[in-house]
Amino acid sequence: MEVKERDPVTGRQTTGHEWNGIKELDTPVPRGVLIFLIVTHIWAIAWWFLVPSWPIGTTYTKGFLGVDQHTTVEQSIVQGQAERAPWTERVVAEPYETILADTALMQTVRSAGGQLFGDNCAACHGRDASGRAGYPDLTDDDWLWGGEPETIEQTLRLGINAAHPDSRIAQMPAFGRDQMLERTQIHDVAAFVFSLSNPDYSTEETVDRIASGREVFAASCAACHGDAGEGIADIGAPNLTDDRWVYGGDMETIIASVHGGRQGHMPTWDERMTDAEIRTLSLYVHDLGMRRP
Amino acid sequence: MNVTDRMIGQLTSGEREAALVICGVTALAGAALGLVGRHDVVAWHGLLILLFAGGFGFLLMTRIGLPEPTGDRGTSYYDDPIKAGITLAMAWAVFGMFMGVWVAAQLAWPDLAFDGGWSTFGRLRPTHTTGVIFGFGGNALIATSFHVVQRTSRARLAGQISPWFVLLGYNLFCLLAVSGYLLGVTQSKEYAEAEWYADLWLVIVWVTYFILYLRTLARRREPHIYVANWYFMAFIVVVAILHIVNNLALPVSWGHAKSYTIWPGVQDAMVQWWYGHNAVAFFLTAGFLGMLYYYLPVRAERPIFSYRLSILSFWGITFFYMWAGSHHLHYTALPHWVQTLGMTFSVMLLVPSWASAGNALLTLNGAWHRVRDDATLRFMMAAAVFYGISTFEGSFLAIRPVNALSHYTDWTVGHVHAGALGWVALITFGSFYTLVPRLWKRERMYSAALVEVHFWLSIAGTLIYVFAMWNSGIIQGLMWRTYTEDGALAYSFVDSLVAMYPYYIARAFGGLLFLIGAIVGCYNMWMTVRAVPEATRRAADEPVAAAVPGE
Repeated sequence: MEVKERDPVTGRQTTGHEWNGIKELDTPVPRGVLIFLIVTHIWAIAWWFLVPSWPIGTTYTKGFLGVDQHTTVEQSIVQGQAERAPWTERVVAEPYETILADTALMQTVRSAGGQLFGDNCAACHGRDASGRAGYPDLTDDDWLWGGEPETIEQTLRLGINAAHPDSRIAQMPAFGRDQMLERTQIHDVAAFVFSLSNPDYSTEETVDRIASGREVFAASCAACHGDAGEGIADIGAPNLTDDRWVYGGDMETIIASVHGGRQGHMPTWDERMTDAEIRTLSLYVHDLGMRRP
Repeated sequence: MNVTDRMIGQLTSGEREAALVICGVTALAGAALGLVGRHDVVAWHGLLILLFAGGFGFLLMTRIGLPEPTGDRGTSYYDDPIKAGITLAMAWAVFGMFMGVWVAAQLAWPDLAFDGGWSTFGRLRPTHTTGVIFGFGGNALIATSFHVVQRTSRARLAGQISPWFVLLGYNLFCLLAVSGYLLGVTQSKEYAEAEWYADLWLVIVWVTYFILYLRTLARRREPHIYVANWYFMAFIVVVAILHIVNNLALPVSWGHAKSYTIWPGVQDAMVQWWYGHNAVAFFLTAGFLGMLYYYLPVRAERPIFSYRLSILSFWGITFFYMWAGSHHLHYTALPHWVQTLGMTFSVMLLVPSWASAGNALLTLNGAWHRVRDDATLRFMMAAAVFYGISTFEGSFLAIRPVNALSHYTDWTVGHVHAGALGWVALITFGSFYTLVPRLWKRERMYSAALVEVHFWLSIAGTLIYVFAMWNSGIIQGLMWRTYTEDGALAYSFVDSLVAMYPYYIARAFGGLLFLIGAIVGCYNMWMTVRAVPEATRRAADEPVAAAVPGE
C-alpha cells in the first residue's frame, strides 16, 4: 500500500504515506539544525553549571558563580546609595539656606526632585505642578501652609488630614449642610468673599449684601481666615483676597465651599520616603515657587 | 429549506431528542445558577445560560418533526459544524479586533472610556484578548481540526451531536467570559479570567472535544496519523490539563461569581505562568501548526519538506515548552533556580520552533511562483516567517539580562502581537481562504483581488503595530533604567508615558488596518458562499473509506 515516489523538484523520496493528497519527503534533518541544536544545549548546560538551576530535594544547585538574585539586589541597592551619597548626605545634613546658595547642588536637586515629583506628586498636582481644582498650584508664591523648605518638609512628612498622628489638620466646616448658617447668610458671605478679590463687584445693588456678608464673615470665618481674609498659614487657612484658589473663585464654587465645607487630603510621606528624598522634594517644591512670582 | 432546517435535518429524530435533553439540562442548570445567585451578578450569567440553551432547544423543538435523514451518513464527511465554526470565528475576529483597536485608542486618548465603569481599560482589555484568542482562535481551531481529522483519516466525525455540543458549548463559554468582564467578573488571571462556573462548563466541553477527536482518529482508514493531528491532539490534551490545574478554585458560595484560587503566593504566580505560557504554546502554537501542516501543503500542492524534521520539532516543542513558563517571572519572588530553568529551556526551544518554520518554508520549494501569484498561499508563507521571527524573539526575551530591559514594557506587547497577528491570524486567514471554497464546494473565492487587499492590510497593520511597540518598549525600558551622573533616576514614570504617545497612536492605527482587513475577509467569504457558482471540475476530497464489515 505504501508507494515511495521520487519528488522531481528536490530529488528526494517520499515516505510513502499519503493523506488526502498530502505527501511528505524523507529528507534527513539538515546538519545545520543539529549543530544549532547542540549549541543551544551547550549554552543551557553552561548556565546550569554557573548559576542556581536544578532542585535537589529541599535545596538546589547553587552554581559556580555563587550568584543569587537576593544578594544581587542588595548589592545594587548599596551601590546605588553609594553613588548618590555625595549629594544626598549634604542634602540631609546641611541647612536649607546653605543648599539653596549652592548652585551646583541645587542643579542636582532640581534634576532628582523632578523625577521624585513626577513619580509621587504629579498624579494630584500635575506634571508641571500647577495643580487643578482641589489640588493647589505649587508654582506660585501663594502657600496654604507656608512656602519655606522647612514648612514644605513638615507638610510632606505629616500630610494634611492624613493618617500621621501629628498630621496637619485643616477643616473648613460645612456651614450650610450642618445648619450653622442660613441660606441668605451663605449667599451674603459668599458675595463678601467674592468682592475681596473682585472690587468691581461692589455696586449699589450689591453693597447691602456685601455689608451683611462682612458681618457673617467676622462672626464665623475670621477666626481662621483672619479679620482681613488674608488667611493664616499656621493653620492652613487660605488667603481669600487674592486670585489664587484651591477649589475655584467663582461665586458658585464659593457658595459650594461654604455650604458643604472642604477637607483636602495630602498623604503623609514620612514612612514612604527617605530623609534625603523628602528634603530634596522640599527644596524642589520651594524652588518651583521661587521660579514664578 | 433554510440552513437551520438542513442542519437539523441531518440528525435522526432520536438525536434531535437527545440534543433537546442536553439543551434542557443546560438551561435548567442556568436557571438554577440564576436563582441561587439572584443577589449576585452571577444571576445575569444564569439568565444568559438559560437563554442560550433555551434558544437552541427552541430551534430543535420547532423542527423535531422534520423528515428523517436519507442515505448513509457514514459515507460522507460531517461539514455542517465546520461551516458554523468558520462563521463564528470570523464574527469573533471582528469583535475581538474591534475591542483591540478600542483599548489601543484608549491608551492614547483615555477619554474614550466615556466615564463608564464597563468601558474602562481594565474591563475592555480582557474582552479583546478573550475575543481574539478564544473567540477567533478557538473557533478557528475547532473548525479546522474537525476538517483536518476527517480528511486525513478518511473517516466521518465520531458523533452527530457532540461536534455541535463542542462548538456551541465552547461559544457559550466565550460569551460568559466576555460578558463577565464587562460586568466586572474576573479571576484576575491573565488569559484565564473567566470565573469558576464558566471554567467548569469548559471542562465538560473540552473533555467531549477530546473524546470526539480520539474516537474519530480511532475510526481512521489510513495506516498512519498525519502530523497535523499530532499537533491538534497535543493542543486538546494539554489545554485540558492547563485549564483544570490553573483554575482550581473555591467559589465563595454556589450563588457567587467570585472564587479564590487554591494556589498560594508565588506558587499561584508560577502555576498561572506555566498555564499562560503553555496557552501560547499549545493553544496559539501547536493547534495552529496543525492548521499549517494541512492547508499549506494542500495549497502549495507540494509534499512536506521533511518527515524527520516534523518529528524533531513536534517532540521538541511539546517537551521544552512545558518548562518555559517561569521566564515570565524573572527577577521576582520566584526562586532564582526556577528562573534559570525557564530561561535555558526557552533557549533550547528555539531550534525545534525554527525547525517547524523551516519545514514549512522549505515545503514551498518548487511552489514559490504560487506564493508570488496566490495571496492565500502568501498568507501562510508570511505566517511561517512571523512564526520564526516571534519564536526567536521569545527565546531572546526569555534570557534574564535581556528580560531585565524588556519586562513590563511594550516590547512584550509587540512580541505577543508579532505572534498573534503575524502568525496565528495570518495562518488562520490563509487556511480559511483555502477551506471556504472547498467546504461550500465553490469554484474559487469570490474575489482574489480582495484576498490581496486583505493580505497587504494585514502585513501593513502587523508591521506598523510591531515596529511601534518595539520602539516604545525599548524606549520605556531604557528610560526606566537611565540614571543621571548623580546616581538619581533621570525620568519619572509619567515622562515615559509621554514619550509613548506617538507610538500608541501608531499602534492603534496598525490595529485598525488589521481590523479592516478582517472585515474585507468576512465580506469576501460571505460573497463566496452567496455568489460564486458551485464547483464543477475541482478535484474532490478522497471519499470516506468504507467501514470494515462487522463494525
